[in-house]
Amino acid sequence: MTENNELNALEEGIVAAIAAAADERALEEVRIGALGKKGAISEQLKSLGRMTPEERKVAGPILNGLKNSIGAAIEARRSDLANAALENRLKTERLDVTLPVRPEQTGSVHPVTQVWEEAIAIFAAMDFDVAEGPHIESDWYNFGALNMPDDHPARQEHDTFYFNAKPGSDERKVLRTHTSPVQIRTMENSTPPIRVIAPGRTFRSDSDMTHTPMFHQIEGLVIDGGTHMGHLKGCLEAFCKAYFEVDEVKMRFRPSHFPFTEPSMEVDIGCSWEDGELKIGVGDSWMEILGSGMVHPNVIRAGGLDPDRYQGFAFGMGIDRVAMLKYGMPDLRAFFEADIRWLRHYGFSALDVPTLAEGLSR
Amino acid sequence: MKFTLSWLKDFLDTDASASEIADVLTGIGLELESLHDPADELAPFTIARVIEARQHPNADRLRVCIVDTGNGGDPVQVVCGAPNARTGLIGVFAPAGTHIPGTGMDLKPGVIRGEASNGMLCSERELRISDDHDGIIDLPEDAPLGANFADYAGLSDPVIDIGVTPNRPDALGIYGIARDLAAKGIGTLKPFVATPVAGAFKSPIAVSLKFDDPDNAPCPLFVGRYIRGVKNGPSPARIQRLLRAVGLRPISALVDITNFMTLAYGRPLHVFDADKVTGNIHARLANAGEEIAALDGKTYTLDDTMTVIADDNIAEAIGGVIGGEPSGCSDETVNVFVESAWFDPIRTAKTGRRLAVISDARYRFERGVDPFFTQPGAEIATQMILDLCGGEASELVVAGTPPMRGATFDLRLDRVKTLAGVDIPADIQLDILARLGFEAAAEPDAANKVSIAIPPWRPDVHGEADLVEEITRIHGFDKIEHVALPRLRDVAKPSITLLQRRRFNTARALAARGLNEAVTWSFLPANQAELFGGGQAELQLGNPISTELSDMRPSLLPNLIAAAGRNAARGFADLAMSEVGQVYHGDEPDDEHLHASGIRAGNTTPRHWSGPPRPVDIYDAKADALAALAAAGAPVANLQTVAEGPDWYHPGRVGTLQLGPKIKLAHFGEVHPRVLAALDVAGPMVGFEVVLDAIPQPRGAKKTRPALGASDLQPVTRDFAFVVDDDVAAGALIRAARGADKVLITAVSVFDLFAGASIGEGKTSIAIEVTLQPRERTLTDAEIESVSGKIVAAVEKATGGTLRG
Repeated sequence: MTENNELNALEEGIVAAIAAAADERALEEVRIGALGKKGAISEQLKSLGRMTPEERKVAGPILNGLKNSIGAAIEARRSDLANAALENRLKTERLDVTLPVRPEQTGSVHPVTQVWEEAIAIFAAMDFDVAEGPHIESDWYNFGALNMPDDHPARQEHDTFYFNAKPGSDERKVLRTHTSPVQIRTMENSTPPIRVIAPGRTFRSDSDMTHTPMFHQIEGLVIDGGTHMGHLKGCLEAFCKAYFEVDEVKMRFRPSHFPFTEPSMEVDIGCSWEDGELKIGVGDSWMEILGSGMVHPNVIRAGGLDPDRYQGFAFGMGIDRVAMLKYGMPDLRAFFEADIRWLRHYGFSALDVPTLAEGLSR
Repeated sequence: MKFTLSWLKDFLDTDASASEIADVLTGIGLELESLHDPADELAPFTIARVIEARQHPNADRLRVCIVDTGNGGDPVQVVCGAPNARTGLIGVFAPAGTHIPGTGMDLKPGVIRGEASNGMLCSERELRISDDHDGIIDLPEDAPLGANFADYAGLSDPVIDIGVTPNRPDALGIYGIARDLAAKGIGTLKPFVATPVAGAFKSPIAVSLKFDDPDNAPCPLFVGRYIRGVKNGPSPARIQRLLRAVGLRPISALVDITNFMTLAYGRPLHVFDADKVTGNIHARLANAGEEIAALDGKTYTLDDTMTVIADDNIAEAIGGVIGGEPSGCSDETVNVFVESAWFDPIRTAKTGRRLAVISDARYRFERGVDPFFTQPGAEIATQMILDLCGGEASELVVAGTPPMRGATFDLRLDRVKTLAGVDIPADIQLDILARLGFEAAAEPDAANKVSIAIPPWRPDVHGEADLVEEITRIHGFDKIEHVALPRLRDVAKPSITLLQRRRFNTARALAARGLNEAVTWSFLPANQAELFGGGQAELQLGNPISTELSDMRPSLLPNLIAAAGRNAARGFADLAMSEVGQVYHGDEPDDEHLHASGIRAGNTTPRHWSGPPRPVDIYDAKADALAALAAAGAPVANLQTVAEGPDWYHPGRVGTLQLGPKIKLAHFGEVHPRVLAALDVAGPMVGFEVVLDAIPQPRGAKKTRPALGASDLQPVTRDFAFVVDDDVAAGALIRAARGADKVLITAVSVFDLFAGASIGEGKTSIAIEVTLQPRERTLTDAEIESVSGKIVAAVEKATGGTLRG
């Protein structure tokens, strides 16, 4: 049993050395001393060759078992040391998580674009297509075809921007004062049933807190065989509920006058001011949001259609104004000043694409 | 249009309160603007008696009054400066704490030169019921002490203000408003009385119309009357009060009567001092250059499109617009000549506009005064003058006839239902029309159609649709049921055009890249337009709102650059802004183009601990342009970048993205220093302009994508550095390298640029990394060598460069 005692002593010595190894290098020395080419266990294993088969049968498993257990012990110790070393290193690698992140520029979409898309989403769901027309218009499309012949008093109320007549001509082009010329252009190029909206820039020579020389409108036009004022009211109410994202909206339809519609009406929505905050759809105040009416027979005729066969409604709504109402911008002029603070504050995220299914606004 | 409740009741028999009437007005198209009762602010003012007025011990002009307020309390001491303050006076008292409308002050108890004063005895001006401030109000002995003064004086007469649309001249007279309210069922219209006044003599002034084309006379009807022996002076208190309540200043009875007629009946009149008129009176066109001194104190130079009322010497009035000063009435006027005429609306409007005269007469004539009321108006005015000023009236003198169409229109009795969407029984429809003065000529015919005669005071009614509006507005728009538009499709279809889609996608893509979208004016100053290729005569406004907004913009850049300058002045110099919108290259519809543009200024980011900030450069702008083009659906992979562009960019730092020389989709570059200087903006600044409508339409509607074809084999990269002449474009080098093996080479990137003495003067080293993607098996060294050789050969051939050793 002397051999066994020797082996036990060897094992104990190596195990102690493993436990004592303070780092991976020391551990490696222990490994070499035990399992290396000339290591203590390796030497013992070499002795197997000199043994008789019977001796080898007894000593072989013992020595191999020792080699394996020492190998496992070294690996376990190596793993512990590596973990401890990692822990130590990580302790020195602390970063200040309170430092601000790298700056990125955050862009935004202008409220006019946003509301324009909101309106399109709503009217598209009512089967309206979107039409457009030029900003520089002829007198005919802006006035004449809309039942405002020369010297019509309503022309004076439009504060029209004119271009100079070209040499040899007395025709003066105008900047369109409303989106209504698109009514005519649409009728000229389509066959009823017609259902279009026409959003875009409009221009009037006017400037104060609620008027700017350029602003945006959405024109609506429905022409078919039987659309009447009930449909007009229904369509506008549906729009207002969807746009303002309310279940009920108080609306007022006032008889009014536009040369291109007959009957004509202006539409107000009920609202209230509470603590400086505007609430839509409730309250005792009224806010005018659009003008509308049944398309005047002369206008249908000017569009190349037969007013005895076709009828329908039209409306013109201020995009900027409904944007102000919904999102609480106090001053129209600021829309067009490109003040970066305003754009960042009132603008919308690029990802806020308005859809009816996901909600128009967050 | 302002009126008072009592004035309305002159024409409308009703028990309705002011607020009930106000509620109805908006619903019938006469939009309520305000309703207020002047008596409301006079509530604290009561009738009181001065028990004793004695001289103030310390002030010659003041008196100390002991006032019995009539409310049973102790007498109140008031110090008063009015000369008529005296013992026994019955006046109007305001206790301390009262807001005095005429001075805007709140009355405080005080001590005036040692005497307590706990209230005020008031003048008419202090109550804002007249300009009289000569003394305090002095009431009759029987005035009830303690009573509310406004009630006693009948000052409680609510003032209603409505907005009248330009098609409704009939509602510019209170009588017309009463007619509408009566039609709505708010009381009964009291028909006006215009009994002809018998003439005692023949008018010494004759009237005539002197126009070349009598059938189209600018003044087709002139009614006049001479009244002799009048005595002008202040008009009665009620007329003064009514005029004042609606914002007019009482002048004298003769003037007040004309204002009264204008407001009550919408019938402007003029009264000449007959003794200042030379010879007879006629209407004619003015002589070019003719001058007239008008009642507003200004002298106007007329032209030959304007109508005047003239005597044998001079123009005495501008027809339908304003009277002349020389023949105006004064307190000394004894004989007058009353004019009631009808003036053509369009000519009146043009004259008023050209002369910039705003008057109550013009306002009505240009909208269309009832021509058939010309003579009744003259009769009513005559009677008022006789009643208020005495005198004796001549026979009427009349020239011309009322211009009237005598129009009738057919109304289908089902048309209200089919057009307005509301079912109103035929008899109610006809009843509403009749109350408004529209008479059915006969019973409805077999087709349920009825012919309706249009009253002369409604020049706005031109057809059946107008009749539908009349019936419906009186019936009430609120009674029209809301009906949903019937669906045309089971599921809504995409509704926007390709270009609109590009607009929105581009705006959002640029926002995603950190640009803030702006919306700027379509117009800009001429010098800025010129700097960006604009400024053409046909794009200059004839009537710009200011010289800063005179020309249509040829590019989106100048407004963005100017805005960047304004932002920088506020401390925001580092920014990125975009705009998607129209630019104008001519005045035809096809000359308007949809652009997406943006600028970047200053540094890309603020200073930060992680590294130094980087100034913006043209590669930022190029990336923006490419992102915008990609979002708009342009074939970005096929784009060529060429080193050229418009001259508002730095000539050495500008590029154009194009699909061949004829399809230029975008420019980008550094803004030209001269442009920045002209706009007074600091650099550096880069910008881009993408022409969204120049992008070709996508071919076909293919939704499927090509198969991915990803290889399991790892890509291999190889680096090359070439020494080329300075003017060799990196793009050409990249293109040559890529072209060396179109199957194997999947990417070429530039990872280093170097210029220095070591590689020679005028030379640049461009280092590229080439990615090779094996498809079927791992590449052998020989294969990689072969491709490398091809790359070097291709680059050397295309650029004249050499592989750097």
